[in-house]
Amino acid sequence: MNIERKRKIESIIALAMSGLAAAIGLFWLVYILADVIIHGIGALQLSLFFNDPAPAGVEGGGLRNAFVGQLMITGAATLIGVPVGILGGTFLAEYARGRKFARFISILSDIMVSVPSIVVGAFVYAILIRPFHHFSGWAGAFALSIIMIPVVLRTTEDMLSLVPWTLREAAFALGAPYYKVIIQVVYRGAATGILTGVLLSIARVAGETAPLLFTSFNNNFFSWDMNRPIASLTATIFQYAMGPYKSWHTQAWGAAFVITLFILALTIMGRLAIWWRYKR
Amino acid sequence: MNTQQTRKIRSLAIFPRKNVVDLLFSSLTGVASFTIIIFIIGILVVLVMESSLALGKFGLVNFLTSTTWNPVTQIFGAAPTIYGTFVTTALALLFAIPTAIGIAIFITEIAPNFLKGPIGIAIELLAAIPSIIYGMWGLFTLAPIMSKYVEPALQSTVGKLPFLGFLFKGNPLGIDLLTASVILGIMIIPFTASIARDAFNLTPAVIKESAYAIGATRWEVVKNVVLPYSKLGVFGGVALSLGRALGETMAVAFVLGNNHKIATSLLDAASTITVSLANEFTEADSDMYLSSLYYLALVLFVMSFIILAISKFFLLKAERRYSR
Repeated sequence: MNIERKRKIESIIALAMSGLAAAIGLFWLVYILADVIIHGIGALQLSLFFNDPAPAGVEGGGLRNAFVGQLMITGAATLIGVPVGILGGTFLAEYARGRKFARFISILSDIMVSVPSIVVGAFVYAILIRPFHHFSGWAGAFALSIIMIPVVLRTTEDMLSLVPWTLREAAFALGAPYYKVIIQVVYRGAATGILTGVLLSIARVAGETAPLLFTSFNNNFFSWDMNRPIASLTATIFQYAMGPYKSWHTQAWGAAFVITLFILALTIMGRLAIWWRYKR
Repeated sequence: MNTQQTRKIRSLAIFPRKNVVDLLFSSLTGVASFTIIIFIIGILVVLVMESSLALGKFGLVNFLTSTTWNPVTQIFGAAPTIYGTFVTTALALLFAIPTAIGIAIFITEIAPNFLKGPIGIAIELLAAIPSIIYGMWGLFTLAPIMSKYVEPALQSTVGKLPFLGFLFKGNPLGIDLLTASVILGIMIIPFTASIARDAFNLTPAVIKESAYAIGATRWEVVKNVVLPYSKLGVFGGVALSLGRALGETMAVAFVLGNNHKIATSLLDAASTITVSLANEFTEADSDMYLSSLYYLALVLFVMSFIILAISKFFLLKAERRYSR
């Protein structure tokens, strides 16, 4: 066998192997998604959204409390996390642009994005739960916002850096102070990018479970009170899936389906927004 | 950005004093960005303070090497959970890295152009699925498959070998180190693949084309041009996945069994730092117990922070070297 032939065969084998690896990897991921969709759709009933949980072991009931609690916690986390993140990103990209410590903070927040979320939960437990001796929804929202801030901050910084510097100079030349330039020119130019960052950060925290376990805890009853333990979909999935009852498992699949759909929709919306903005 | 622009930008004051509103706004943004530093220092300080009780009683070396975890006698050691954390992470990376690099090679070098976009987007979407979904799927779907088919098959093949047999001893229940590692591996595949793809894409087309022009096959281009060129980025990406996997809670919490012992068999229940925290935190009934759990959290935080910092270092180096 001549050497060219050997090289060609070697190439085909190696590429087939990597194609196979790709197929195996994608197979598992598609399998998981299909499983969630199949089991989840089977569990979707109106009672899942409009009823409160039945007593343990009793058939029926729904997860109305968890849906409401999840929305409240995620909403409160967004209200805290998004403004702080956007303002922080503004500082790094505008007032402190090009300085060493801006670079440093930017690297630190990249690290913060991947820090174990359960450690954040333990941190919030120590400062907001133990001193007051009871779990609370606000603490859960605060824990999620700690995870959210670095995500929003980094995307805002990147998006503001994409706005051409000459645009700012044009505004300076008209005599506008820097804050006006930022709010009326730079933010406007980067609005879609920032929106994408916000959507992706909501998608990121909506599925977080670990930080909620010790902060907002869980609640089997319907509650609006963010000062008390409050149910969340993710904590409920953990409790129900580990529990012994068949009806709990079904409802856990239903909740998993809804939350996956929500997160994928947010992610797709974020990608579409950025694609739509920069394709032209 | 060219140097002239950089100089111009730098000449602006961080906190402009001419205009009061501008000063207020810049201070506000400054405070917002410093929350990152406050959180990191705050987490470190709080974890050290909360774990001081256990820190004083067990010390560092003793805590890290002791295998006892006994809430009744109030003796706590971290060795089993650290061992579990490392075994699941190492096995998960063993499954995930070849697959992820295969996916990245497939997307960048093999797939026809019309497939590149959709597969890339599919990978990013899969990376967005929360870890609790992976964990739950592991409990309800993967664990039964493992205990019925995969683990008995492993026992009757690899398990019969003289030196590897101990790895597959015991009762195949599906709630064990192996299942947890597989789920963790599946979970970090999309994440690792998308970083590896970005690293591969940094290779300039001109260099690849030159290799093709002197008659290299596709695989030779990947092996001798793309991989060496992007190794810093891939290494950084692997370190980032390692950092993520170390701190992952929900993907493993369902199927690991929270068993504080050093299991030599992969078919034994075990525990990781994160799983112990998730299961025992709200049940800790004594100060020493809670303090020991905080000590575990501190160990995890410091470990993953160092690994993430290393990965960031390599990723930045890769970016700086190649993006000129």
